[in-house]
Order: sequence, then C-alpha cells, then structure tokens
Amino acid sequence: MTALPANTAKKLGLVIDLDTCVGCHACATSCKEWNTGGYSAPLTDQGPYGADPNGAWLNRVHGFEVGEGPTSQTVHFPRSCLHCEEPDCVTVCPTGASYKRSEDGIVLVNPDTCIGCKLCSWACPYGAREYDYGHGVMKKCTLCVDRIYNEHLVPEDRVPACVRACPTGARHFGDLGDPASNVSKLVAERGGFDLLPEFGYKPVNKYLPPRRRRDARMAPSPRAAMASAESTGGDSAERLFAWVDRVLSR
Amino acid sequence: MHPAYSVIFFTTAAGAGYGLLVWLVLFGILGLVPQRGWFVIIGFGLAFALITAGLLASSAHLGRPERAWRAFSQWRTSWLSREGVMAVLTYVPAGLLALSWTILEATGGLVALLALASIVCALLTLFTTGMIYASLRPIRQWHQPLTAPIYVVLGLASGAVLLALLQHIFGVAAAWAAWFVVAFLAIAAALKWVYWRTIDQVRRTYTIEAATGLGHIGKVRHLEPPHTQPNFIMREMGYRVGRKHAARLRLLAWLFGFAVPIAASLSTLLPGTFVPLIGAAVAALSMALGLLIERWLFFAQAEHVSMLYYGAEAA
Repeated sequence: MTALPANTAKKLGLVIDLDTCVGCHACATSCKEWNTGGYSAPLTDQGPYGADPNGAWLNRVHGFEVGEGPTSQTVHFPRSCLHCEEPDCVTVCPTGASYKRSEDGIVLVNPDTCIGCKLCSWACPYGAREYDYGHGVMKKCTLCVDRIYNEHLVPEDRVPACVRACPTGARHFGDLGDPASNVSKLVAERGGFDLLPEFGYKPVNKYLPPRRRRDARMAPSPRAAMASAESTGGDSAERLFAWVDRVLSR
Repeated sequence: MHPAYSVIFFTTAAGAGYGLLVWLVLFGILGLVPQRGWFVIIGFGLAFALITAGLLASSAHLGRPERAWRAFSQWRTSWLSREGVMAVLTYVPAGLLALSWTILEATGGLVALLALASIVCALLTLFTTGMIYASLRPIRQWHQPLTAPIYVVLGLASGAVLLALLQHIFGVAAAWAAWFVVAFLAIAAALKWVYWRTIDQVRRTYTIEAATGLGHIGKVRHLEPPHTQPNFIMREMGYRVGRKHAARLRLLAWLFGFAVPIAASLSTLLPGTFVPLIGAAVAALSMALGLLIERWLFFAQAEHVSMLYYGAEAA
C-alpha cells in the first residue's frame, strides 16, 4: 500500500556537509555506477556520447553562489532523495510501487510494478525522482539498500556508495531517529537543517551549513542548460513548438 | 510543467464525454430529451467513444502501459488511482442504462436507479481527475481550490454543447437547451477568469533561499547546473513554452472556449433548421479548440518548486 507507516523503527538517512563538499561529483558518479547494476538496474542514458546526452541519475551536484561581493561564496550542493517522513510522492502513487519501509524509513520504488506515470515526480518539491526513459519506470535514491545490509561486503563498504566515495568526508550515513547516533550528534553540533521545511514533508536527510569564509570568488551564472531545455530537448513535435515559441516572440 | 499531449487529449475528450453522459441521462429522465431511438444510441455512443478514446490516450503517457491495471489498487491514498477506479466503474451503470434505454426500451424502476448512479459516477470521475492536479502541493498554480471545480464545470459545459449539437442533428432542439448552454458557458468563463486572476496574484513564497537553506548567509544565486544538458526534471517541470504568450493564449482560450460557443449557441435560436445546426456545430468545434488551448496553458503556466534548484528564484 502507498499509505505511509505511522512511524518507522529507524530513520536512515544522509547528512551532507556543505562546508566540506568540494563539488567533485564523485558521489554522483559512484552512485550512478553502483545503481546501474543495483536494486533498480539499469539506470539508462540516452545519447551518452552525442550532442544532447541525458540519463537518469539519483544524485546531482548543483552549484550556488551565496552572498554578495567579495564575501560571497560558492556552495556545492549535492541533492538526492531526502527519504521524507511524510512525502506525497508515496501517497500519490496509483499502483503501490512507491513505498516507505516501516523498518528503516527508506523510500523505494518497486521497478516491477511502477507504471511510469511520473506523478510521484510531480509531487516531489525536491526534484529527487527521475524518469528512466530507457526502462520506462521512475528511479530514485535507494540509500543503497543493496549495500547497507549486504553481508557479502566488508563492513566499511556497508554504507551508500556516495558516502563511501566522498574524498572529503562531506557525506555521513546513519540513523537520524536515534539521538545518540553519530549523524544525530553531528546535526545537533553543526546546526543541521531541513530543505523547504515549510512544505511539511519532514525530510530525514539533513544539510550542515557552510562556515563563514572570505576567499570566495565571483563567477558568472551560466543558465545555458535552462535555455537549451527549450530549444534542443525532445522529439520533433517538441522542437516545432519551441520554434513556434521563438517566432511568436519576435 | 510539460504538457503531455496524451493527457491534454484525455482531459478534453473524456471531460466532454462524461459531461455529455451526465446531461443525456439527466435530461432523459426529466423527459426533456428522448430516452429511446437513434438519439440515445448516438448520444451514448458518442459519450462512450470520447471517454474510451480519452482513457486509452491517457495510458499512452505511461512508461509501462501494460501494467496500467495496477493503478486500480491504491484508491485509499491516490487521486490518480481513484480516478482510474471511477472511470471504469462508470461504465457499469452507464453501460447497463444504455442497454436498457436502447434495446429493452425500459426507463422505470431499477433503470431510474441506474440513471442516477451513472450521473453520480460521471460527476465523481470528473472530480477525481481534477483532484489529481489540485492535490499536488509543489505546483502552486494547480494546488488551488478552484482547480477541481473548474475541471468539472468545463467537462459539463463541453458536454452540454455536444448534447445541443445532437439535439439539432436529430431535430429535437429546444430553446431551453440553447439558454442552458449559454448559462453554463458563462459560469465556466467566469470561474476560469477568477482562476487566472488568482494564479496571477498568488504570492510565490518558495524561494531559492528556502530550497537551499542558505538564506541566512545572503542572497542565493544559481551558479552551475549539475550537467550540461537538460535532464528529466528540467524537461518535465521546467517546461515553459507558451508561458510568455499567456495573455494572448488566454484571450484565444476565452474567445474559442467561451465567447464563440456562446455566440454560436445564441444563433441556434434563429428560425429554420440549417443555421441553428451550423451554429451548434461551430459551438462544439470552437469549444474543443478553446479547451485544448486552455489545457496547454494550464500546464505551461504551472511552476514546479523543484525548478528552484535549476535557476528559478521563486515558486
């Protein structure tokens, strides 16, 4: 059922340190590498070596500039499913493919019953769910459910692939429902926060704020990908409408 | 939001189909339109054809249409599942009613109950479709109290226009029908106008600062996307082709969806049979075009909160 569990025994999740993240994308690529052979394999790409490559990724690293002038700073911002306690992405699912586990709180999609209606992605304000055009089903972070309990792996590998790959230790994994856990202590110590708390989905993942610094550098804000979403994306009908849009704008 | 063509066709066609079903049955049991003969056969046939074509089209936007049957299972929480259940459930009383009226030529007793059930089921189906959109919190332009009622009213208005066309084709037209259509179109036009004003004035309180949680440091600007080319989220949620022509498209939607159908419906009050028939046909065709434009705008003007991570400043 897509009804949410009243409470979960654990609240497994990630704590992401925006102070130490250097934006290397190692978490994103190791996530892609593990999960294209993992629980919801494959994670397909379309035209990966062509002019318009795209594909399903479960973790994306954004870059933001925060503050003005010489004290502004660049913040690298990894974004993936927050495994919310009360997410609409689960309850809107018409098939029961999307569910939240009562034992550890992980939000998963069953790739064998998902019909690819995309409604869960519409219900997620965090953009965490991506449609896999090649597989025809929705994909999302599994918190590497096929690693963290996997006794075939050595104990230090029983963490999500992104956490294992991070070279600066900016990603932490643990039970955020247990106040005595390392991740909970880290959140308390560093003032960890929720993304869009006013939404009421109660994210489990937490972010640690960057510390103040003075060495940030100004950089232009490229929005090329945004613009090309309208000009190059999609099939011939899409391009026709984009062309009509441009002609009407003259 | 990206307007899936199959969903635009579904909401327009099935909406008109359920609307036609409601009026065909309601006015039938009130004795205002025939309850037997070709009028009813074609009437039910058209309603079922529009509904079925719409439902089949809606499955075209699924990644795995062969699993669509699974969507009937989660009606406890999911409006999409509820819609699927109601859409299929409506066939039962409506199908039996169509058989009773056309083949058995029976109208009383249990058949009247079937009629009532058909009307209720069709209205509920329209409402559940509207609620799929109205229940989505990340899309402010859809998460509005008027979203679902407008979808129901537009379905009923387009159904009324189709019923009037059938009445003219079968020579059973009546002046009340024209006035009824005009009144319903006027209500629909007014509601849509209020909706557009509402989404224009609504405060976009979700900001890039809240989305990143970095507002306490200072103003947040999008610096670099995670990748060079648009991904699924940007294509699906970031679609805004047509948005900048909103004012012009709204005018066209209003013109074709409401103004022309109202004028054309009034022209059906003129004497003779040919001019009123053309008037009723023009009203139906114009309304279909107007609704398609209205649906496109409904998607193109919908802003999704997730775009805050991709350069939008507020949603």
